[in-house]
Amino acid sequence: MSETLDLTLKVWRQPGPDASGRYVEYKLTGISTHMSFLEMLDVLNEQLTEKGEEMIAFDHDCREGVCGMCSLMINGQAHGPDAGTTTCQLHMRRFNTGDTIVIEPWRARAFPVIRDLVVDRSAFDRIIEKGGYISVNTGNAPEANAIPVPADVQETAMDAAACIGCGACVAACKNASAMLFVSAKVSHLSTLPQGEPERASRVQNMVAQMDLEGFGNCTNTEECQAACPAEISVSNIARLNREFLRAKLCAKE
Amino acid sequence: MAATASTVFNSRVPEGPMAEKWDRCKKEMKLVNPANKRKKKIIVVGTGLAGASAAASLAELGYQVESFCFQDSPRRAHSIAAQGGINAAKNYPNDGDSVWRLFYDTVKGGDFRSREANVHRLAQVSNNIIDQCAAQGVPFARDYGGSLANRSFGGAQVSRTFYARGQTGQQLLLGAYSALMRQVNTGRIKLFPRREMLDLVVVDGVARGIIVRNLITGEFEKYSADCVLLCTGGYGNAFYLSTNAKGSNVTAAWRCHKRGAYFANPCYTQIHPTCIPVSGDYQSKLTLMSESLRNDGRVWVPEAQSDQRRGNQIPDAERDYYLERRYPTFGNLVPRDVASRAAKERCDAGYGVGASKQAVFLDFRDAIARDGKHAIEAKYGNLFHMYAKITGEDPYQVPMRIYPAVHYTMGGLWVDYHLQSSIPGLFVLGEANFSDHGANRLGASALMQGLADGYFVAPYTTGHFLASNSLPDVSTDDEAFTEAMANAQGRNAKILGVQGTRSADSIHRELGHLLWENCGMSRERQKLESAMGKIRDLRDEFWSSIKVLGQGEQLNQNLEHAGRLADYLEFGELLVRDALVREESCGGHFREEHQTKENEALRDDENFCHVAAWEFTGVGKEPVEHREHLEFVEVPLATRSYK
Repeated sequence: MSETLDLTLKVWRQPGPDASGRYVEYKLTGISTHMSFLEMLDVLNEQLTEKGEEMIAFDHDCREGVCGMCSLMINGQAHGPDAGTTTCQLHMRRFNTGDTIVIEPWRARAFPVIRDLVVDRSAFDRIIEKGGYISVNTGNAPEANAIPVPADVQETAMDAAACIGCGACVAACKNASAMLFVSAKVSHLSTLPQGEPERASRVQNMVAQMDLEGFGNCTNTEECQAACPAEISVSNIARLNREFLRAKLCAKE
Repeated sequence: MAATASTVFNSRVPEGPMAEKWDRCKKEMKLVNPANKRKKKIIVVGTGLAGASAAASLAELGYQVESFCFQDSPRRAHSIAAQGGINAAKNYPNDGDSVWRLFYDTVKGGDFRSREANVHRLAQVSNNIIDQCAAQGVPFARDYGGSLANRSFGGAQVSRTFYARGQTGQQLLLGAYSALMRQVNTGRIKLFPRREMLDLVVVDGVARGIIVRNLITGEFEKYSADCVLLCTGGYGNAFYLSTNAKGSNVTAAWRCHKRGAYFANPCYTQIHPTCIPVSGDYQSKLTLMSESLRNDGRVWVPEAQSDQRRGNQIPDAERDYYLERRYPTFGNLVPRDVASRAAKERCDAGYGVGASKQAVFLDFRDAIARDGKHAIEAKYGNLFHMYAKITGEDPYQVPMRIYPAVHYTMGGLWVDYHLQSSIPGLFVLGEANFSDHGANRLGASALMQGLADGYFVAPYTTGHFLASNSLPDVSTDDEAFTEAMANAQGRNAKILGVQGTRSADSIHRELGHLLWENCGMSRERQKLESAMGKIRDLRDEFWSSIKVLGQGEQLNQNLEHAGRLADYLEFGELLVRDALVREESCGGHFREEHQTKENEALRDDENFCHVAAWEFTGVGKEPVEHREHLEFVEVPLATRSYK
């Protein structure tokens, strides 16, 4: 395999939220196969600066796959072609010389574009604000071992809690549904005994906010699961639906 | 060389026996009554473990809190990337742990350069942290009976580390974030994401507000408050390549320093020995591989210089297991600083491996032969997977290549026992302060400190500050706000106005290289002196040739980077100066001139058993060094040995 790649990029450029966007084509030569995808974009940005063109804006921070800040639709796939991998952990050896790579921002009504590849994901914070927590004030906590949590229950909670909040599930879904994200948090907290007291109100409030934000409905195509870099399972969506029904059927008012 | 002031520090450490100091402090601190709390406003900058936990706890008490972060959501702060775990003195495994032992290990681990009373308090509240996090639903690992599990971690003989798979930082941060968002819902916290703090506003000698840039619109905004909490992390990215997030920066702390906050021990930087090495000059960041790998991996380099064969093709007779050779007792399990320096020594001597020759092998061949691939996979599978993803090599077949990388910074803004800086009303929490880790931080202690400061220390001490001072109302129309805003705006305009030829990235890489080569794992006078001059030259070059395109009134990531770099170019000089003035070796600070015959760090307790706290006097001007003498009463001064 060749150690370097020559590539054609088609990148979505949009100067601002209200401006119209378009694809701009860039040629890159001599890209090392050891680079990460974002390092490839760094190289492009350095070349653009040299030429006097403004850099392509994209979100990123930890570059080790856990902060959830990076995004990008790469050839139509959220976070690119590798399963269980964020864009920052995707490496250029995954591509071939001569490839054309199309790079777009997340596209969803609830995630408006801010500039180029940067979108506004604050809707996720507002959903968490409505119930993605266990209401315990600092200082109120009982001794940690006072509430035993069976290892398998804890494992199930941890599987769901691993969500990095990147929004790939929304971007991958044809309906731009946020069900995988919301269900991961609902599952994490409703599975644990600590989350029991707020179990019914949490799921209802979070779902209500999800609807308000303009996310679409879930039609069980499971594209979200395929795209999720944290490998969150759609079984969480089933659990969310159960929790929601349970809350409605057993409502006290 | 530097002026030393004879300031007597009042670190406000309470009198009395060590174990009673914190209780005594809490007893003596004044309280704010609930009705008055509602009238008090507190600014918290940063939403990592320290910032999120402090903001949530203060809001629960009833204060009005304004929370700022540069990321798009508070959940993204870099605490999220911590892998290993969080220490606490619960003694669940019944192996003899106690508050005292955690305190002792941390003081000793810090090579006797931390403040004893702070460390003792940290150990005391460690157990409350675990209770708090478990109650929030943090999915800590459990035993089959449902009780919490522990594992061992570097430097301790007891098992006291709590963990959530390899994502402990993520789960703790999401816990603190959820507590923060709950308070956003009550209206007691106002959230300001995508804001970067660019100045501190000091009114009549008291920190009363901040200036931020809205990173989306580019607008500058003013916020006033009754006090300011700075929780903005460390300065590892001064080195360009580090395990920090790309956005982590020193800007907020540095701008506070320029407003009068002393900067303490900047030369205490932690270089972690097991990171994936640099693969090319395009490299943007480095990734840590947990140090637990050294339990089963053997570190070596070829006997011959510039041996370019693949690791698995080099026979045993031609290998140099240099850690086992030099440190027969501890072998591959020597502490972080020793392992890092030894790897650098071999590579500098020409024995490094890989294309860059800046790497050593970490080999699991013998462990796989002994325990089987399955056992190794069960222990380290996720790390092997991550390694393979980044390097494209299979570590089950060929040895890993590793090299040390900048990971954590023990230095930070000077704070007293109340976590208040030398500016009244400015409190500094977490990695941003200097207080608890001395010259070397032990594994699984950073998460503990961030949450201790935020959940259990700052909520008390800020209340005491507010109750003890009758602060006049301050409006953002005050002259001090106007001046600070003009200052911040002027700096950005100046950067945009240069319109030179060099990108921020290229200058940052050059600074990083300078610091890494001259003020990294080992330091010596001549190199440090020459680096100071080079940093000044590079700073001049920045201001004459930086090229930032686009406008200030828009999302402009290039401008953000250049602004942070400008501060690193000022800060870098202080980092080097501190390393130069500290004529001893301790923890992460190793001076070639000060080592034993066996190449071990040689402390000078007679002359350097102090905190160096630097006072800013102007860019390019000599800062004033203040010294806080450190006393070791409970843990007497002793030398560490690993032979």
